[in-house]
Order: sequence, then structure tokens, then C-alpha cells
Amino acid sequence: MSAVGVGRQTQPEIDPTADRLGFQSLMGGHGLQQNEPLIFELAGDDPALWAKTGVDLPVDPEAEDVSDLTGLVRTAPLGLPGLSEPEAVRHYVRLSQKNHAIDLALYPLGSCTMKHNPRLNEAMARLPGLSDIHPLQPQSTVQGSIALMHEVGRWLSVLTGMPAVALPPRAGAHGELCGLLAIRAAHEARGNARKVVLVPTSAHGTNPATAALAGYGVVEVAQTVDGRVDIKDLASKLDPEVAAVMVTNPNTCGLFEREAIEIARLTHTAGAYFYGDGANFNAIVGRIRPGDLGVDAMHINLHKTFSTPHGGGGPGAGPVALSAALAPYAPKPWIVADGDGLRLEESDAGDSLGRMAAFHGQMGMFTRAYAYMLSHGADGLAQVAQDAVLNANYVKARLKGVLSAPFDGPCMHEALFDDSWLEGTGVSTLDFAKALIDEGFHPMTMYFPLVVHGAMLIEPTETESRAELDRFCDAVLALAQAAKAGDRARFTQAPHLAPLRRLDETQAARKPQLRWMTVAR
Amino acid sequence: MRYLPLTDQDRAQMLGVIGAADIDALFCDAPREALLDGLVDLPRHAGELEVRRALESLAARNRPAGAGPFFCGAGAYRHHIPSSVDHLIQRSEFLTSYTPYQPEISQGTLQALYEFQTQVCGLTGMDVANASLYDGSNAAAEGVMMAARITGRHKAVLSGGLHPHYAQTIQTLAKAAGIEVFAQPLAFDAEGAVADAIDGETACVVVQTPNIFGTATDITAIAEAAHAAGALLICVTTEVLSLALLKSPGEMGADIVAAEGASLAGPLNFGGPYLGLFAANQTFLRQMPGRLCGQTVDADGKRGFVLTLSTREQHIRREKATSNVCTNSGLVALAFTMHLTLLGQTGLHDLAALNHAKARRLARAMAAVRGVEVLTPRFFNEIAVRLPRPAAPVVEALAQDGILAGVPVSRLAPGFDGVLLMAATETSTEADIETVAQAIAGALS
Amino acid sequence: MHFTKDHEWVELNGDIATVGISAYAAEQLGDVVFVELPAVGKTLAAGESLAVVESVKAASDVYSPIAGTVTEVNTVTVEEPDQINARPETTGWLAKLKVADPAAVEALMDRDAYEAFLGKL
Repeated sequence: MSAVGVGRQTQPEIDPTADRLGFQSLMGGHGLQQNEPLIFELAGDDPALWAKTGVDLPVDPEAEDVSDLTGLVRTAPLGLPGLSEPEAVRHYVRLSQKNHAIDLALYPLGSCTMKHNPRLNEAMARLPGLSDIHPLQPQSTVQGSIALMHEVGRWLSVLTGMPAVALPPRAGAHGELCGLLAIRAAHEARGNARKVVLVPTSAHGTNPATAALAGYGVVEVAQTVDGRVDIKDLASKLDPEVAAVMVTNPNTCGLFEREAIEIARLTHTAGAYFYGDGANFNAIVGRIRPGDLGVDAMHINLHKTFSTPHGGGGPGAGPVALSAALAPYAPKPWIVADGDGLRLEESDAGDSLGRMAAFHGQMGMFTRAYAYMLSHGADGLAQVAQDAVLNANYVKARLKGVLSAPFDGPCMHEALFDDSWLEGTGVSTLDFAKALIDEGFHPMTMYFPLVVHGAMLIEPTETESRAELDRFCDAVLALAQAAKAGDRARFTQAPHLAPLRRLDETQAARKPQLRWMTVAR
Repeated sequence: MRYLPLTDQDRAQMLGVIGAADIDALFCDAPREALLDGLVDLPRHAGELEVRRALESLAARNRPAGAGPFFCGAGAYRHHIPSSVDHLIQRSEFLTSYTPYQPEISQGTLQALYEFQTQVCGLTGMDVANASLYDGSNAAAEGVMMAARITGRHKAVLSGGLHPHYAQTIQTLAKAAGIEVFAQPLAFDAEGAVADAIDGETACVVVQTPNIFGTATDITAIAEAAHAAGALLICVTTEVLSLALLKSPGEMGADIVAAEGASLAGPLNFGGPYLGLFAANQTFLRQMPGRLCGQTVDADGKRGFVLTLSTREQHIRREKATSNVCTNSGLVALAFTMHLTLLGQTGLHDLAALNHAKARRLARAMAAVRGVEVLTPRFFNEIAVRLPRPAAPVVEALAQDGILAGVPVSRLAPGFDGVLLMAATETSTEADIETVAQAIAGALS
Repeated sequence: MHFTKDHEWVELNGDIATVGISAYAAEQLGDVVFVELPAVGKTLAAGESLAVVESVKAASDVYSPIAGTVTEVNTVTVEEPDQINARPETTGWLAKLKVADPAAVEALMDRDAYEAFLGKL
């Protein structure tokens, strides 16, 4: 027998009551989670480490000669250490292990649409024929890219039911600014820019910030008890000084604005434009067209509805759909079809509001979004909206017996709860959300919208399976039970199991330290 | 459909739990007439093969930069990015993570941003840098608006050496903020004329070095003139690599630096997504736009990083925010910091010196072409050459022959039809240089 | 000491009014991280923004309870913003103003009225 002599292997006795949390490693790390120093700390005091490089460059004797740059050559040290490739890879892989990500679990972040990022999109964005293209090559050599941009614009135009799409804006907030600047230009063309923009109290912070950037004052419009824009309040505030009304639909409470058409009608009657914040487009894509609801300008966050990755904070893309009235003011460059094909119109010609960035747009994000659009098709996108709304309502149905919802009835793609159900527990929305981390989930959006106390806004998106939705709801309900049972420390001291515990943000703000202070060698 | 996990059975059961008869019951608040039956103008869903075919056929209609001799610059520069960078940024935890608002589970992103901010300070010679903005042109515009806030003045002077697209972007964005923008006309030696335009109403002067014609300038005197008038100096660079060889803007007296970092982060990408680098003097910290990553400790006393000074930002300050910016250029900034970590100061310097050497070879080759004048006296990796006839048709003709000879200034602004901008980087070979010089000579004969 | 509905307090000494935020406001705001004080010499109407007090999560305008001209600002709060949390109604004062109409203070709530007002929030 081949196994003779191997010896019997017995399992060690595991004591389920032993205190495993008290166990400390000898070097201060935690198994697969080790402390990873800054690259400046890795280099320390050793000049050889500061001089290290992980890139092999060809040697060119001419490189030594900088005599033509006398007086302009840098003398101050750069202060930047280098690492060989193995060390650099390890540094960043170790850092990556401290991040949570969509690829790990459901992200219940309301308003963010944290859906799965398809890898086909990444592969397509990396095709050399699409990525190794300079923005200012002769246009005859980039017809493929221009055609792709044109197609993305066309899809967005059909999906929004609006005739024109401005592609340059680099992110949602940039798109909002584009929309408001187009509105301003349209008003100025009639001789009066007007002074004020109306924004619901529930609006995302970028709305009033953008209005201010566009040179407008902000007036808030109240909300009704059922979480929608108060039409009477809106009507009372719509005077000839109002340039635009900014509304998100579905709104930031996750509710469809039933009176959307009336809001648009009142806005237009007052001579103002209706700006639609497209952050929540995932709820209606392929099912409802904002153009049919009277929207004049709406930005689409490609990193939300169209699956481009969040990348730890960016890059985004915020193309803006425009009505016929606003289309002439779209930022440059425009894509123009002429006899020979398509071209970028970059000149001053026309009434464009001008240029919003040096080059044409977030091409890398257009490629990803286009791959996504083709993958889903019109039928798939409508299914996306349906499943997104279904998933959010399922979460609401499972949680609403325990968590308090400020508004009754079905929600759209996100479910909103407030903190009244936590009263008396000594646990705040923040504490509850931090405890979710210990259960393996990123916290939901908290304290937004501002109109609801201790808001918790949950948007599962359509790329979650029923099993993952149930896993999430089970965790929330278990935590809710623990909170009500008085298990305060679980929450107020949370997270316990993350790579770091709660961080002192007060200290960070009082004594800002925003860089490593280096003495370069 | 491969990205939708729900089965029809799931959907039916979930509707049961919700208590809705069908999915349309959940859309009950939408006007009936607005609910679509389907969209006729768009195709149905497709598998990976079909999508790939469609994208590849579009890609085939482009001429990639790497397919032949390539000398385009004018604000976007082609560098080789080490393979590990693109590999690392595709790790799930970097690619699919959210903005690090929950620092306990975002230390990967935050520590990388802290290293990034430090590297940007090192390159620019400034005290503090943010976690990036959309691109160099928006960084410049944000700088102008910041200078207006700091000085309380409303006039901005833009040097005639500034990239015309940057000038236009600043004009669009600053105008809305109520700032009067005086863009000096595009000109060689524009930097000599800037100081005269500064007065007691000037909030800032925006100067680019190397400028649009590739000229590297010592802006110390302009900084002094600005400061004497109580104005701020904003230094722009569209090729971040130049900072590794040339005197830093900080050394020369800049108050704010706005730079384009994409050339060291990733491929040309037809203009986006790019990387706005933004740095400033410590004194102006609280007026800075964008996200800032700072150091602190956690409840156990362990060192960690958080987004800080957020009260300047839109989600808190709303209409009084320093800017409306929400996203940064996250993943591009990550690629940038990874590349810089691989290069280190030695590699950065060597890469910059190599670029400069290539440009010198290019300048010599072009100077030897009859009828061509090299206009740029002192350059980093880009030169302006004057041809005896309009440059755009020459560039177009060469493109048909597989040579991308550069960017004619006429693409950016009128009045310089004979001028061609040519950039050489470490990716340009001697054979390429010889080929382009000969081709231009041929086109001119 | 008198209080406004926006949780500022004002204490008169002759025609010099000292202004700060109430203990309630300081508590609601959380740890103060930064204070933006007005320039000495600035003239303000009642209700105009006098200062900005920032915590980690919020930035709050402090409105002047009374019209006047700024004569002094409490730079201690700039160095040590935590003074505002520790002693908001004493050493955590923000600014002193020379007021044209000291009697206007009488229209504001006294401490009892303010406590009652807080009780109803």
C-alpha cells in the first residue's frame, strides 16, 4: 500500500469558546492584512533606495547634454523614491487588499448606482485602435473614434428622447454646469440671463454648487409630506427672475415625481428651463424618456447608469442631453455629419457656450459605455430599469417592518429609511452604517437627502442576485435586532473588523497633514 | 442576459414578497403615456463576440499612434507606461471601489492618494496638492477661480503662450463665475509681454511653460511682477514630465500650479480621461478645490488616511462650495502614482533627459530640411517649426502615407498656418525622426 | 446675555457687543475644526453672515444678532478651534462689535426664553 508509513493525521481539538479576537501577531500585522508603509518610509534614510528605479530606459549619450537649457534646469531634488517592479507590485497589491469593492459585495449606496463593471468594457477600451489615438491627429485618421462618440450620443439621444447630446463634460457635476451654462446662454440670447435657480431641498449638493458656479442665486423649493416637490411652493417661486428649475426624477428620496409634467409646464410657462439631474436614470432607462416629461437638459452619469467603473473616485463622464431650444449652445467640439463622414467642429462658429475642457471628451468612458449599451441593447436596458426597481422594492419590503420608512408606497430604484426606528437605542445612523462593515458590506448612503432625519438611502442596482439581496437584508435585520436589544458597543465602536477602526477626522481637519514631508536624498 | 442575475422565477417570487401584481405596478407613479413599450431605434442585446466585432471594426477605422512615425503633442504626449501599471489598476479593489468616504475600508485608495499628493508636490515644488481634477485645463480654470476668491479681484490675464484650448476652457468657466478674462493673443515670446498687462485689478496671471510652441521659460520675473501688483501667478504645464528636468514652478515663484498628468498615467485615449494635477502654496489651503487626502489615526492609534477639509466641497457647502467638483480622476491618478513609484526620481530624471535628447535630434533633423525653420530656442520635448507653406495640408498628406507628423497650430488657433508643433518622446526612434524629416522635405519640394 | 433663533448669543457692555454661538449650537455642530472670522472694521447688518464655523461634517454661517462694526476678533479660536466646543459662551467668543443701537438687543430672547425655545425644537 502506498500510504503505509504516512501516519494517521488527527484534527486538533478546536475550542469554540476560546477568545480568538484577543490573539495578537508578533509583528503587529493581521494575517493577510499587513501594515504597508508609505513609499517614502520604505526608502527611509538610504540614498540608494531613493535612487532606485523599476524602469529600464535606453541609454542615449545625448541625454547628458542639457547645455541648451542653461539656467532652466531643475536643481531642487524631486524627493520621489523608486521601487523595483516586484516591490512596487507588492506595495500596491497589499494596499488594494485594504479596499472594499463592488467585486466583493453589494454596495447599498443610494444615488451612486454601484452596479457591476463588465470586464468586456475594459478590454474594449484597451484596443490599441481606440486607446493609442491622439486627440489632435488629422480627423481623417480618427473616423472610428468620432463614429463611436457619435453612436454614444445617438443612443443617449434615443434613450432620453432628446434631440442633441453634448459629449464634452468630464463628470456629472461638469455636465450640470454645462446644462446650466447652456440655459444661461439661451436666456442671454434673449437679453436677460435672469438671476435665480430653483432647487428642491432634497437636492444633491452639486445642484446648488453648480448653480452658484454658473452665476445664479439659489432658492429652495419645499417638499410635500409624501416626499415630492411641493407644486404650490414651486409655482409661488416661479417668477421672471427664475432661469431654471433643477429636479432629479426619480428624486433623491427614491420616488418618482408624479407631477413631473406639471412641473415642466409651470417652469416653461414662467419662461424658465427644466434641468433634470440624471443621477437616478437607472430607474427609468429604456422605460421612460425624460424628453417626454419636458426636460430641457439632463446630464447622464456614465459611471452610474452605464456601468463605467468608479475607480476609487473617478474618472466619470457626464454627457448632457439637450432640447432643441438649448442644442445650439452646446459646448465645443460638436460632432457634425457632412458629406464625407463625421468630423469634430472645433471652431468658434455658432452659438456654442464655449469649450469646457482641452480635448473632446472622456473617450475611454465612451468606449466602455458603448460596449455596455451594445451588450444590453434596448431590451436589456429596459430590463435593467425594471430589475433595479424590483430589487430596491424587495429590499424595502424585507426591511420596512423593522426600519422606519418616511414615505409609503413603492419606491423606484432606491429605498429610503430614516432613523426614528433607532430612537432610544443610543445607536445613530452613522453607528449602524459602520456596523454594516463588520458584516461585510459597505455602508449605505447616510444623512442624504438632508430632508429626512438620519437618512439611510439604499440602492442595490440590478446586478445583484436574490441571494445577495437576502444576504444584505439578513445582515441589516440582524443588526437592527442587536441595536434594539441594547448591544450598543457593537455599533458605537464599529467597525471592529475592518483594516482600520474609526478614524479621527477632527484631527485630520484641525491639523491638516496632506503630504509626506521628505528630505530627499 | 449575462449582467442580470435575476431569473424569471426570482422576479415572480420577489413581486410576491413585495405584494405587487407586476413590475408596472412599481412604476405606478409614472404617467401612463410616458411608459415605453420598447425602443425601435436601438438594437437588441448582444453577446461578447458581437460587441467585440463592432468595437474592433470601429477601431480599424483609426490610425493608432504606434502604427508609424508619430510626433503629435500640443498638450497630449505619448509615453511608454510600464505593463504592471495597467495590470495593477485593474485589480478589483482599485477598479471597482467607490470614492473613499468610508476610510476604514478604503485605505488602499487613500494611502495611494497620499503618496500621489506628495509626488505632485515634489514635481511642482509646491506645498500642497489635491487628489486630482478632471484634466489640466479644468485645473487651470479652477486655479483662476481660486485666485479670484483669494484676492477678491475679478480680472485674469492669460499669457499668449497658453494652449488655446486651455484659454478657451478658462474663458468658459471663469466667465460664469464673474471673472473678466484677458487672453493675450497667441504669440512667440508671449511671456515677455505678460507683465505689462498686470495691474491692481488683476487676480492672477496664467503662464504656461513649456508653452504652446514648446518654449521653456523662466517665469520668476513674471511671478515677481504679479506679486508686486498683489496678484497670484498660476503656472500651467501640459507635459508633466517636463517638471522632472526643468526648474519647478514652485522654485520660480508660482502660487498655484495646474498641470496635465495623463502623459505619465496611460494611453492617449483620444483626449480623455485625463488627469488634472493641482498644487498650491500652503497659505491658500482652504481655498483649494477638489478632494484632499490627509493623515490621521484610528481608534486604536494606528496611522491612517482620510478625505479631509471636506467642508469646502459641494456636498457640504452646497452653493458656497469652492467648486462643484464631485469626482476626481481616481483611477488615472492611481496609474500616475504607480508609474512614478516605478520610475523614482532617478528614472523620472532619466526619462525626461531622454525625451529632451530625442527632441534635440528632431530639432537638428528638421533644421536641416530646406525651407524649414525651427522656432523654439529652448525646449523640453516639443518644438515649433515653420514651414514655407500651410502645415495642415502637409500633415494630412503625410498621414495618408502613415506618418503622423505633428499638430499644425492652425488646428488650435488662426494666424500661424505655417507652424507645426512636433513632439518627440522616448517612443520616437531615430528612424522615425529621419523618416518624418525626409517626408516633410519631400512634401515641400 | 441674549440669544437668536439661529443660536447665536450676544452680550452687551456699553456699546460693545460680544458675539458667539450657543452651547446648543456647538454641541450640534460637533468638533469645530476651523473658524473664519471677519475682518476688523467690517460693518454688518443684523442677520448678515459674521463668521463661518466648520466642523468635520458641516460648515455653518454665524449670523450677527445685531448691526455693528467689528472691533475685535477672537484669534484664539483660529489657533484652537476646540475652544468653541469647550467654552462656547465664554472664552469661545467669536467677535466684538461696536453697535449703533444697543437697545436692539432687547428684542432678542433672554436665556429663559431661549431655553424654552430649545425645549420646543
